[in-house]
Amino acid sequence: MKITLFIPCFIDMCYPKTGISIVQIFEKLGHTVECPEKIACCGQPAFNSGYWDEARLVAEPVLKGLREAEAVVIASGSCGAMVKKFYPPLFEKTAYEQEAKELAAKTWEFSDFLVNKLSVTDLGASFPAKVTIHDGCHGLRELGTTKQPPRTLLSHVRGLELVEMAEAETCCGFGGTFSAKFPMISTAMGEVKCASAIESGADYIVSNDSSCLMHIQGLLDRQGKKIKTIHLAEVLTSQL
Amino acid sequence: MNAAAEFKKDATRITRDLRHRALIQTALGKYVVARDAKKSKFQNWQEARQTAAEIKWDAINHLDKHLIQFAEKLEAHGGKVHWASNAEQAREIILKIVADKKARAIIKSKVMTGEEIHLNDALEKAGFEVVESDLGEYIVQLRHEAPYHFVFPAMHLTRGEISDLFQKELGTAPTDSPEELTMIARRVLRGKYIAADIGISGANFAIAETGMVSITENEGNARLTCALPKVHITLMGIEKVLPRLDDLALFLPMLGTAGAGQAITCYNSLYGGPRQPGESDGPEEFHVVLLDNKRTHLLADPEQRDALHCIRCGACLNVCPIYKNIGGHAYGTTYQGPIGSVITPHLRGLQDWKHLSFASSLCGACTSACPVKIDLHHHLLQSRRNARGQKPLWWEKTAFKMFAVVANSAFIWNTIKPLARLGQIFHPLIKATLLDPARVWTATRELPKVAPQTFKEYWRTRK
Repeated sequence: MKITLFIPCFIDMCYPKTGISIVQIFEKLGHTVECPEKIACCGQPAFNSGYWDEARLVAEPVLKGLREAEAVVIASGSCGAMVKKFYPPLFEKTAYEQEAKELAAKTWEFSDFLVNKLSVTDLGASFPAKVTIHDGCHGLRELGTTKQPPRTLLSHVRGLELVEMAEAETCCGFGGTFSAKFPMISTAMGEVKCASAIESGADYIVSNDSSCLMHIQGLLDRQGKKIKTIHLAEVLTSQL
Repeated sequence: MNAAAEFKKDATRITRDLRHRALIQTALGKYVVARDAKKSKFQNWQEARQTAAEIKWDAINHLDKHLIQFAEKLEAHGGKVHWASNAEQAREIILKIVADKKARAIIKSKVMTGEEIHLNDALEKAGFEVVESDLGEYIVQLRHEAPYHFVFPAMHLTRGEISDLFQKELGTAPTDSPEELTMIARRVLRGKYIAADIGISGANFAIAETGMVSITENEGNARLTCALPKVHITLMGIEKVLPRLDDLALFLPMLGTAGAGQAITCYNSLYGGPRQPGESDGPEEFHVVLLDNKRTHLLADPEQRDALHCIRCGACLNVCPIYKNIGGHAYGTTYQGPIGSVITPHLRGLQDWKHLSFASSLCGACTSACPVKIDLHHHLLQSRRNARGQKPLWWEKTAFKMFAVVANSAFIWNTIKPLARLGQIFHPLIKATLLDPARVWTATRELPKVAPQTFKEYWRTRK
């Protein structure tokens, strides 16, 4: 099938490997991948800050750019939730109301799409390491579809040992503009997350949400911790 | 200092207190284990939540009918119902009852609406002795501080701190035993019940069908507060009403489970008025003060009125990573945690309390935990929109407008990439200093690096 990738702004800028891995996965499975050049951001920062008019300025081109798409896959649970859960209320009572609903209906978070739409669980990857999963809040609770898929996919990766951390479902403290408005609360939350991940004995923290990983890695780097973060897609394209 | 600045200052200080962090994480970690064990006793917890939400929806959407029914039934049994529009009226009503009875001593069981209207201050200023009988409330009263959590008022204190407090205030010998500490409070409080002329309680539920007040507690102090003094006063918010007595069959175990990880709370009592002829105990007078205090303001908001479904179980606080890191006092509100952040702007003004809706990562743990399915974290989002809609910050609005221009132009978007790369070469020179524009992030965290080849650059080379 033809899969349209929505590569969020910060994945484009800072984590291209994540996007490239997703392209590789879909192409390996025989699908056609396209990525509209004109789409940069879902508009969540403005939306979460209370500026819905400004969020619509960013979100309208997304609606238009993805109009023709058959299925839209987003590499981040957070941006996925923005499109799938928050575009409909954002565009309520506007000319784009119907279009927002249609886009929401055909939008998928990456791991959910692989497991529940394409019925793929084994990508032949190998990643000989101990990993622990961070459940990004937006995927876990907003979309409600991303608890199992990453675990199913990782269970088929050769050499990978999954060790769950106690605080797997606890927020990493990022929260978009929250991390800048209340940096110390955000940092404290991140420290709780990192401590739990380290306590699990894992070598890697895996997540389907790059924004959480950006926050967690930022803290780990500052504190000189050895444990590393990696996006699920990159684990799934790893070969010995 | 305004509420927002004070919040930020207190929250920042407490997040760095690692002893506090460990204490709260441990206590609430135990709560989650106990709660999950008790949730599994429900045939279907999710269905129970849905049913509870529907019952409260009915209760709140027909509040006028239910409150009048409650008042009529209670008055038919000799109770007296008072309607208070605001805190001042509620205080006046209670002060008048107390003064009319020529009371001297007052005993209270836990009543959060009392905190809301600053009842103790008013009573003490009028010359009455007021003693809290809930152990946690008693402890924070001795410390002259506000409850730390509206269900567990003294959960921020260790046994040692409580022992020191008792030693200082009551002259008792130091002890590390929770049983002994409880016995100390019990010995003091027993005398207070007997001496009290008036008992004041809150209500967990008010049953419209029967005109009864339902009180849930673990210590037996509310039973003594309601039964021993000659006059009883219940102060409660108007949202506490439930339509039918049968509803308690769901709400009592739900409150125990969600609130404290108990299958059911130790004591659940129903009070339906003063002592009736032929009865051997109970108060001679039974007053209920129904408090609005801007609850109808919330009722008028169709988007957020489900916040009135709240049964004050505290489940949202117990799972909230913000609450767990900043603690209860930083909020500066009667109701802490997510529910407090949702309702306080309605009760006390959006512009003064909007910072609470921004002080959230919107993780949604609260909404998942809420037994009556209040859409808590989405209400925080709506309050942000409402607050900025009324009063935008010009620089923030401009920044988001500019961001839209950047994001919507492939040309500009592609131009800022090399600029960002250049910027990050020089960034280490100013990193985390006052000159660093990203200091809010870099003070504690490393910034991600702009990749040598971005995804879109990669994609173009492929094409």
